[in-house]
Amino acid sequence: MSRLIVNDLSCQRGYTELFSNLSFGLSPGEILRISGANGSGKTSLLRIIAGISSGESGNVTFNNNAAGSIAYQSDIFYLGHLPALSPELYCKENLDYLTQLNGINTDRFVDDALTNVGLKNYKYEYTANLSAGQKRRVVLAALFITQAKIWLLDEPFTALDSDGINSLENQIAKHCENGGLCILTTHQDSKLPNLRVLAL
Amino acid sequence: MKIYTKTLVRDLKMALRNPSSFLNPLLFFVIAISLFPLAISPEAHTLSNIGPGIIWVTCMLSVLLSLNALFHYDYDNGVLEQMVISPSSLSLILLAKITAHWLLTGLPIILLSPLMGMALFLDIDSIYVLMLTLLLATPSLSLIGAIGASLIVGIKNSGMLLSLLILPLYIPILIFATSAISQAQFDLSISGQLYFLVTILLISLMASPFVSAIALKISLE
Repeated sequence: MSRLIVNDLSCQRGYTELFSNLSFGLSPGEILRISGANGSGKTSLLRIIAGISSGESGNVTFNNNAAGSIAYQSDIFYLGHLPALSPELYCKENLDYLTQLNGINTDRFVDDALTNVGLKNYKYEYTANLSAGQKRRVVLAALFITQAKIWLLDEPFTALDSDGINSLENQIAKHCENGGLCILTTHQDSKLPNLRVLAL
Repeated sequence: MKIYTKTLVRDLKMALRNPSSFLNPLLFFVIAISLFPLAISPEAHTLSNIGPGIIWVTCMLSVLLSLNALFHYDYDNGVLEQMVISPSSLSLILLAKITAHWLLTGLPIILLSPLMGMALFLDIDSIYVLMLTLLLATPSLSLIGAIGASLIVGIKNSGMLLSLLILPLYIPILIFATSAISQAQFDLSISGQLYFLVTILLISLMASPFVSAIALKISLE
């Protein structure tokens, strides 16, 4: 069975140890919320699971593929603090490139994806002219197109309005009903089903 | 391979929509060269002697000037992070970015060089050799520069660090390229120098995308 397994992970930033000997597993359909105070290592943990950085010790595997391998990387989608969009490009071009980076060719889906996140009329708008919430919506559009099994969402609700939050929660629930996994950090209360909490 | 074309087109598009990013180094190239006759001597004999050196040094400095921006913007807005975790080959993505960098700095410098050569009274044969050396060596400048740029990504005010890292690696290119031109001015064979320039190009073409990819992953840790 395809499980995400985090094994004996330790992470240190500067002279501070953020967490050590952290192990957990996540099965398809489960949602994990990482909770903790500011600076407790939520983002660091997500970045390790995303394969951007590696901890001091330990490893992360999915389907026996280690983080960093091509098979693993094509199973994940990481949404970080930064917008991941270039201000000089149109929404459409940004979305196109972001999904291409995630290994999917999207020419056909772009219209639908932008309509789904409420940006139908912004296809040829420079990303520089969008609000923070709208930028987030463009990245979410990319997330909904990709067929990544593991969603790694770092503060996904930031800057979104209540409609946006509801629709993202619905999408996460739907993704997990279809056998996907989701790990997220948030300071807001959420009404997601099957929610496990990991306190750092 | 698709990611290569997409990245190349994306980078060119972004540069053309924000032209000051690549016009600045080119402007520096033209202005710096045109100041030398004013400062040293407008005499044809002097200028044609030092011309190749001036053009080559200025070319290197303007490439150096443009390298800071190679990964900077993508790092700042988080696209670089997405490139690193992409299942596509990071080396291929970086090679596309390096190609775009060469098309926006190296190629225009080659195209401007005959004009600059004439301004410094180089004869027509020397200008040919100048263009040939630039054609063989400017891609190496972009490739080697990418290694330095990927090492310093994320460090604030790292312009000086980049020069210290990269300029020593540029020295062999400078030596072989300028000596080819001065040999040509005396009608001597220049094949030795050209072989060296090609060798440097091939080695940096093979090594740079991989080394830059590793350096970038370390920088983003």
